[in-house]
Amino acid sequence: MYFLSFIEELGKYLAMLASLFTKPERFSMYWKETMRQMVNIGIGSLIIVGIVSTFVGGVTAVQFSNQIMGLELIPMWWLGYIIRDSMILELAPTITGLLLAGKIGSNISSELGSMRITEQIDALEIMGVNTPAYLIGPKIIAGLFVMPILVTIAVFLGIIGGMFAGVLGGYYSMAEYIRGTQDMFVPWYAFMMLIKSGVFGFIICSISAYYGYNVKGGALAIGEASTKAVVNSCIIIIIANFILAFILL
Amino acid sequence: MIEISNIEKAFGTQQVLKGISTTFETGQCNLIIGRSGSGKTVFLKCMVGLFHPDKGSIKFDGRDVIQMERKDKQALRKEIGMLFQGNALFDSMTVAENIQFPLDMFTRMSQAEKTERVNFCLKRVALTGAEKKYPGEISGGMMKRVGIARAIVMNPKYLFCDEPNSGLDPKTAIVIDELIKEITEEYQMTTVINTHDMNSVMGIGDKVVYLSNGVKSWEGNKSEIMNTTNEDLYDFIFASDFLKGLQKAAVGKVNG
Repeated sequence: MYFLSFIEELGKYLAMLASLFTKPERFSMYWKETMRQMVNIGIGSLIIVGIVSTFVGGVTAVQFSNQIMGLELIPMWWLGYIIRDSMILELAPTITGLLLAGKIGSNISSELGSMRITEQIDALEIMGVNTPAYLIGPKIIAGLFVMPILVTIAVFLGIIGGMFAGVLGGYYSMAEYIRGTQDMFVPWYAFMMLIKSGVFGFIICSISAYYGYNVKGGALAIGEASTKAVVNSCIIIIIANFILAFILL
Repeated sequence: MIEISNIEKAFGTQQVLKGISTTFETGQCNLIIGRSGSGKTVFLKCMVGLFHPDKGSIKFDGRDVIQMERKDKQALRKEIGMLFQGNALFDSMTVAENIQFPLDMFTRMSQAEKTERVNFCLKRVALTGAEKKYPGEISGGMMKRVGIARAIVMNPKYLFCDEPNSGLDPKTAIVIDELIKEITEEYQMTTVINTHDMNSVMGIGDKVVYLSNGVKSWEGNKSEIMNTTNEDLYDFIFASDFLKGLQKAAVGKVNG
């Protein structure tokens, strides 16, 4: 029973994605909407991503430092290297992804859900607008492009957070930390981070849009759609993270 | 002219429309009335293409919308204007932006031309000066008028109104009815209105179609309603003893 309903939902989701690939009625309108979404998703999430990633970097530095201190086999300047790679490979993309699944996911699903129950989507349909393409397409494109930028900023701030936490805690000097962040850098990891964050952006925006666009009922249904959007986005991000780690590493 | 022939629509096992046929003439206000759950909204949504009927045909001046390719359907939709029960205005846009939206999306007009057209429509619905207000800042009656302005901005041939008077006081409701009637005659549109409001029926009902349990139970015009012999329609229109008394007095006055 659950399997059948899963297949049905998956089919509807894929059909929605397929309906995005149509010629825009007016390219400039789609462009304007995409820019608006980029600002909403990007600028609107900058502060929360900044705060969380700085502290995640700081906590990682403190915990690793405590474990490594006293082990003479591992020099303390390695902390810069450990925090940099932890942020690039795992912490920044996954934590930003989960954070934005909550923030953007609920925002997108409730916006589209409200538009559905107040007949705004029907109004667009009657005008002749391809509503999935106009309402969902720009959100997915914005997610694909903005998420890697946010994750890159998160990595940078996480490394800075790690530096301040370690230096202020007296675990290592600033020079040691900077040496570590510059050592043994693998460019592929940064590229992998960008791929991961793009995929996470796509997952968050498309799944949330799917639940919001298909809302039926009233205010209660919008709440349910938001919850489903956030929960399912988080689960799929975690699964995708695992699969991508296998494929890309 | 819109010709409806034998329309049927079911949701699962529930048959909502059971073979409705009728014709809506150009330049007239055509009203669909009926009790809640009689299938009015589904009928209207089938006509505008939001639902796909299971059977029958819907012809817009000879063009059958059910047989149409998606591309032709999209083109036909540009000839349709619709006023929604809840107005369906875009909350993030100002009044002027709401009205201008179809022009932005479907025309290559310059900004000056678009502004001129928006101002014309605003003037037509007596809303000049409200351009920069947001839907949340205006009254229910004003929202209806913005909805009408947006519906007519593309010069539609067909205007559909779903409960245009819901939530309005009787005076404002009459103003909205008169506005729809004037616009219909002025632009020679085919207007179809889904309503519960008996003031509308008696005021602008050039043609009235009464639906009961998914079937067309009666059709005629506003003057024929007063003398109807259809018991179901009679009970619906003159729902209270007060209205029945008024009807008897009116018919008696005409006959005697």
